[in-house]
Amino acid sequence: MSKVTALNVNGKKLQVDADSETSLLSVLRNDLDLTGSKYGCGEGQCGACTVLLDGQPTRSCITAVGRAAGKQVTTIEGLEKDGRLHPVQEAFLKADAMQCAYCTSGMIMSGVALLNKNSRPSKEEIVRSMDGNVCRCGTYQRIVAAIELASGASKEVAK
Amino acid sequence: MSGTQDFANFVEDSADFIEVERYEFDEGSAYRFAFDRREFMKVFGGGIALIIPLSNAFAQEGRPPGGESGRGAASQRTPNEIGAWIHIDEDGGITVFTGKVEMGQNIRTSLAQAVAEELRVPVSMIRLVMGDTDLTPFDAGTFGSRTTPTMAPQLRKAAAAAREVLIDLAAQQWNVDRGSVRIVNARFVNHDTTKSLTFADVAKGQKLVKVIPENATTTPAKDWTIAGTSVPKVNGRDLVTGKHRYASDVKLPGMLYGKVVRPAGFNATLVSADTKAAEAMPGVTVVRDGNFIGVAAPDQQTATRAANAIAVDWKTPGQPSNAELFDLLRKPAAEGRGRGGEGGGGGSRPQGSIADGLAAADKKLEQTYTVAYIAHTPLEPRAAVAEWKDGKLTVWTGTQRPFGVRSELMEAFRLSEDKVRVIMPDTGSGYGGKHTGECAIEAARLARAAGKPVKLVWTREEEFTWAYFRPAGVIDIKSGVKNDGAITAWEFHNYNSGNSGIQSKYDIPNQNIQFHASQSPLRQGSYRGLAATANHFARETHIDELAHSLNLDPLAFRLKNIKDERMRAVLEAAAKTFGWGQTKLASGHGVGLACGFEKGGYLATCAEVAVERPQPKANDKGAMAGGKVKIVRVVEAFECGAVVNPVHLQNQIEGAITMAIGGAMFEAIQFENGKILNSRFSRYRVPRFSDAPAIEVVLVDRKDLPSAGAGETPIVGLAPAVGNAIFNATGVRLRSLPLVPKELTT
Repeated sequence: MSKVTALNVNGKKLQVDADSETSLLSVLRNDLDLTGSKYGCGEGQCGACTVLLDGQPTRSCITAVGRAAGKQVTTIEGLEKDGRLHPVQEAFLKADAMQCAYCTSGMIMSGVALLNKNSRPSKEEIVRSMDGNVCRCGTYQRIVAAIELASGASKEVAK
Repeated sequence: MSGTQDFANFVEDSADFIEVERYEFDEGSAYRFAFDRREFMKVFGGGIALIIPLSNAFAQEGRPPGGESGRGAASQRTPNEIGAWIHIDEDGGITVFTGKVEMGQNIRTSLAQAVAEELRVPVSMIRLVMGDTDLTPFDAGTFGSRTTPTMAPQLRKAAAAAREVLIDLAAQQWNVDRGSVRIVNARFVNHDTTKSLTFADVAKGQKLVKVIPENATTTPAKDWTIAGTSVPKVNGRDLVTGKHRYASDVKLPGMLYGKVVRPAGFNATLVSADTKAAEAMPGVTVVRDGNFIGVAAPDQQTATRAANAIAVDWKTPGQPSNAELFDLLRKPAAEGRGRGGEGGGGGSRPQGSIADGLAAADKKLEQTYTVAYIAHTPLEPRAAVAEWKDGKLTVWTGTQRPFGVRSELMEAFRLSEDKVRVIMPDTGSGYGGKHTGECAIEAARLARAAGKPVKLVWTREEEFTWAYFRPAGVIDIKSGVKNDGAITAWEFHNYNSGNSGIQSKYDIPNQNIQFHASQSPLRQGSYRGLAATANHFARETHIDELAHSLNLDPLAFRLKNIKDERMRAVLEAAAKTFGWGQTKLASGHGVGLACGFEKGGYLATCAEVAVERPQPKANDKGAMAGGKVKIVRVVEAFECGAVVNPVHLQNQIEGAITMAIGGAMFEAIQFENGKILNSRFSRYRVPRFSDAPAIEVVLVDRKDLPSAGAGETPIVGLAPAVGNAIFNATGVRLRSLPLVPKELTT
């Protein structure tokens, strides 16, 4: 089995020692202690494990770490810059877009990926793009509001 | 295997399995003895501790419902038992200790608001230590929407008493009259604000333990300035940056990863296992102990490989499947089954005479309603990290009952209370599904064998299969109504799903309402709102049927039969915001209404649905097959006394409505012969963004009434409102939850 010995994560080159077939999620969480990305289903159905691979939203639980080698991996831990939150993180706080927050990392990463591609998505585009992410607490309309807020489509959260 | 005889054996055997969490059974130990004040200061070193005796803290509990309040532990609790405490340490830090836990319902924030209010300090100065069995007082668990009505007022009392003690100390320092000292912006000031002291200045050098007097007075809701406002989540930043460590994120030095080898089906016995290949793997420990078989390995991949390498032979008895479920539930439970908590069986004493009520009726109606088993599927599955050190076991785990899990561990490993510590990091939700300690026990068993800490995180399939479900149920209703709309008779039998929400606010002279415990083929337990969802679904659907049988407007019909002012207020508020009877509906759209009351909360829910049907057929029993139902809009009015945090309450209500869509529309556990057939998200549909309607919440804030909890009750109105709306749109009456299971395939 081939090995992966280095990963570019959040702008840093990190040493790892993993079989290339191991899931990216497992390497991030267990080997690199980047536990912001979560396990929710192991079959790419809930989005809690979402990270960016060269900017593309990726379900890290069903992605072999070998596929991430040589690419830029961005996790929730990489969004904050010099103590300043990413606008999507700020917007989630403003919109109170979470309850238990276990889905939040995946939601934020998916939201960031969407806005990078489409800076002013319509409500329908947000719903379509985010439909693979599950929030069992049911804060969907707040998450939509947060993404609209971060896009500048709204100045404040309605109500 | 699946012969009738085996099946009968299974049913008989299953009568022995009384699940302690069923219907939130939560009886504590019979005796708990007085605490020692000196012990207290050993823990803290110094400062000021304000202690709330448990007799106060749980004076309002009155459990279990069904008339037997004060049974068992509740009546024998000594006044010296502790409910919670607040500690002001010598550097002025304010820490609140409570056995309640946070799982998304926002009590970490709302309890901090209550304490901050009484201490006259900003919320940011308050730290909460929650659900740690070594640090916090005993608590039966976080369920039943009890935190807001019981814990918050008690913490308020403690904080108010703390404030008075601190003011006394400040006055002594200045040698002035205590009446001239106030707290302004977290500082103690004298009458003309020329002198000031911080909390640290006042607490320094103190070693005080004070027990809160029964009569401590607190700030009334009308004067609240911190509670009653939308304070943001106190730990929000940790949640949006991924810094918060859930139990599944805990990592200890030298920690191994566990994996349990699961049986082929429920109630299986282990016949034989070949563990040689697994044991040969480097660093792998295999444990076989009774029916338990599992491994611990240096990494997750090796643990999975080792578990897969074990060849196991299980003997599984034949067991029922979905097809037989509702017939099975109608069979009465064996004697002694279903005791405890709300599952006590029976119901209220009948009022009047059903026969007389039916004789007086112009119209009679008899219908049956069913609800399926559904799974909680908290997004964070059960997870535990267990460590043995010097004979003491510490487990970090996501649970709603840290002390209950401690008891389970004590029993499983025959340990005394001081040898087990359970720590509950704020968990990735629970919804009533995390009452039990299986995962903690499994992790601890593996850790003991391996001699190293072990982390065990259940897979989604394990969580779907080996946790427990919301009870399925059958409900029969027989009713009579006069042509003027007055309901004259109401006979209601609930089989298996439970007692919660079984009573209503309808004024009906002749009533007979009964709950019957059954032999559940699947392991079942608490679920957000318990049986209130099933009972409201059946009742509010039936009420709608009665209204339509008389050609009466469903709102007017309800108002005619309800005198309760709080119920009328939410009905009227929801109807007004929704525009009930005012809006012109698009083709294929329908509207429905439901109302209810449970755990101190009143709600009314209005829903609008859009139904797409290729060819509407009359008399079509599977009418929704091939059709598509979309919930377009929901308005819910909710009243739970004085509102503590408007935004968080609104968030809870929106979330409950959204979660309710799953059970209302498509969630159902499919099972056959001891196996769950849809134990993954790809086979078990949960609500997603595209299912979420526009939700409008109307908060009815009653500052004159004590605050009730709101994590559960807002879930109960959606299913009947949507079912009634589907009838309004199509003329098809659906009486089973989920309403539209065929949606899965379209």
